[in-house]
Amino acid sequence: MIAFALRRVIQAIGVMLAVGVIAFSMFRFAGDPVSQIVSIDTLAAERAEVRKSLGLDDPILVQFGRYFANAAQFKFGVSYQFRQPVSSLLKERMPATLELATCATIFALVFGILMGVYSALRRDSILAKLFQAVSLIGISLPTFLIGILLIYLFAVILGWLPSYGRGDVVRIGWWTTGLLTVSGLKALVMPAITLGLFQMTLIMRLVRAEMLEVLRTDYIRFARARGLTTRAIHFGHALKNTLVPVITVAGLQFGSVIAFAIITETVFQWPGMGLLFVQAIQNVDIPIMAAYLLVVSVIFVTINLIVDILYTIVDPRLRSTISRQA
Amino acid sequence: MTEPVLSVKSLRVEFATRRGVLRAIDDISFDIAKGEVLGVVGESGAGKSVTGNAVIGLIDLPGRIASGEIRLSGLRIDNLSVEELRRIRGKRIGMIFQDPLTSLNPLYKVGDQITETIRAHSDVSESAARKRAIELLAEVGIPAPEKRIDAYPHEFSGGMRQRVVIALAICADPELIIADEPTTALDVSVQAQIISLIRRLGRDHGTAVMLVTHDMGVIAETCDRVAVMYSGRIAEIGPVQDVIRNPLHPYAKGLMGAIPTLAIEAERLVQIPGSMPRLSAIPPGCAFNPRCASAFDRCRVERPEPIPCGEQRVACHLYDGEPAKKDHAA
Ligand SMILES: Nc1ncnc2c1ncn2[C@@H]1O[C@H](COP(=O)(O)OP(=O)(O)OP(=O)(O)O)[C@@H](O)[C@H]1O
Ligand code: SF4
Ligand SMILES: [Mg+2]
Repeated sequence: MIAFALRRVIQAIGVMLAVGVIAFSMFRFAGDPVSQIVSIDTLAAERAEVRKSLGLDDPILVQFGRYFANAAQFKFGVSYQFRQPVSSLLKERMPATLELATCATIFALVFGILMGVYSALRRDSILAKLFQAVSLIGISLPTFLIGILLIYLFAVILGWLPSYGRGDVVRIGWWTTGLLTVSGLKALVMPAITLGLFQMTLIMRLVRAEMLEVLRTDYIRFARARGLTTRAIHFGHALKNTLVPVITVAGLQFGSVIAFAIITETVFQWPGMGLLFVQAIQNVDIPIMAAYLLVVSVIFVTINLIVDILYTIVDPRLRSTISRQA
Repeated sequence: MTEPVLSVKSLRVEFATRRGVLRAIDDISFDIAKGEVLGVVGESGAGKSVTGNAVIGLIDLPGRIASGEIRLSGLRIDNLSVEELRRIRGKRIGMIFQDPLTSLNPLYKVGDQITETIRAHSDVSESAARKRAIELLAEVGIPAPEKRIDAYPHEFSGGMRQRVVIALAICADPELIIADEPTTALDVSVQAQIISLIRRLGRDHGTAVMLVTHDMGVIAETCDRVAVMYSGRIAEIGPVQDVIRNPLHPYAKGLMGAIPTLAIEAERLVQIPGSMPRLSAIPPGCAFNPRCASAFDRCRVERPEPIPCGEQRVACHLYDGEPAKKDHAA
């Protein structure tokens, strides 16, 4: 088990190194950083000075090593547009994105599983068919369109929810949370639904298909023959087996939720890392873009690691294959 | 005469498929007495599993019991509500399926599956149920049961897993055990042990057993009576020695002719030329007539009803009109 975890951690570090190379090379291929910093009429000598102070004259490998060592300590350099350390910008924006992504994932998981289980158990009911139809819409409509439709309905027509921003936030240490104020919660509803809708339909369809599969297995048949209650069979035996593959998908989806947050944050002007990234692209603010890439991939890799370990906790068969390998 | 544990009368099971209604079980009747083992043999698709499933109330959709009745120690069970039936399943009727590898939920410890079953049927504490589960595992011959109770199914061999399945089937001390090919999926070396375990448990507890198998050797060694099924009907039923030594139905004769020596390993049922008709294409008259060497005109128009011949009952026109017994089945 420990050997297994260790191997996964080493793999994770490998992935991070690769992402680091990509992030670093963005600096080299996206134009001369010096001209981003200085104004057009700066003298060549001054430019050279800036170049030197940024360490851009050093050999590539040295530059990369320095970049990576700094990045590992969450030092990502200074933003071209804000003239502020990227790490403090990210730190400021990260809570908004993580809260949004977490709420969207919880929304997707709770409703996806409930609707999936319901439509597997009551396959022929009208509600189950409705869920299937709605899930098709959820899968085929682009995120920004759903966001705009929601804004139109709930903000413009009904006026129930704010159309942009994060509402009032409470500061806890360096973290800011919108979960503790009414306006913060109100502001969270539409972005979270917009962001989670696609994952919700995905999870619902997966749970439904998986559960139907499980209900056909011999052990469910045998559980019936043992006289267990329908409730114990459906929500104990069948659901547990259904959720094993769902864990993986849901975990990986959390990563893509953070990636998709870029669009949702833009639509709702949500002050998160995604919005920061979009602004950075518009202004070719390489340090922010590179840092965003690194941070998101750290989150991705960490989640992957957690999912792997969670998986072995849930599935005893996997646990013993792993201990046999180790 | 004491009441049989299981009494099936004129049972019909039909599947309403898109191609029309298929009658998988067509008017079968049999009893199993307390402590008796009834073997059920017949080619694949003869209706052995459907019969067992009908008894326990677990026929796959779109199947249903079309007519007939099933009684368990006198109580009619074919028309019970879902909840009433659930209370009987696992408590008064234990079921053993073919494949022990897939019968157990891989995510639960075997002990949890046993205690859960015990507690579904009686109001006992978790610790009492656990104690009983250890006793059960010991009874079905699992070594070190107090340790193995916390193992997962995949940590057992096939034979040991089938023992766990058997422990689950008998955990509420049922009156009837239905074992549907309990050894087919197992290693040859453990098949005999599992069969003798089922036999022993049946004897110790006075349980009636319905044992579906393809193995004529098992039938000869363990069963008291045997029913030979063909195309959803019972071709012949009777005491095992009579049916084996003196089969009456031409199909049963073919089957018994296929046993090399009764003693050890018997071969699987085959060796009769032709194959059983599909349910959608059962010929008129006797379903066996296209394959029967003794078929005559009547066989192609009239369906043979079961005729008592000594201790046996045979559905074949050859035995009609014979001055046999007067107790003609009603
Ligand atoms: N779910 C179903 N839908 C339609 N027909 C079915 C269904 N289940 C069983 N049958 C039909 O009922 C008949 C009897 O099947 P059954 O499973 O009882 O055979 P069996 O004697 O147990 O055969 P085997 O030795 O292969 O287990 C078969 O012809 C089969 O086609
Ligand atoms: S009834 Fe006729 S066809 Fe059927 S088994 Fe008897 S002799 Fe053969
Ligand atoms: Mg079968």
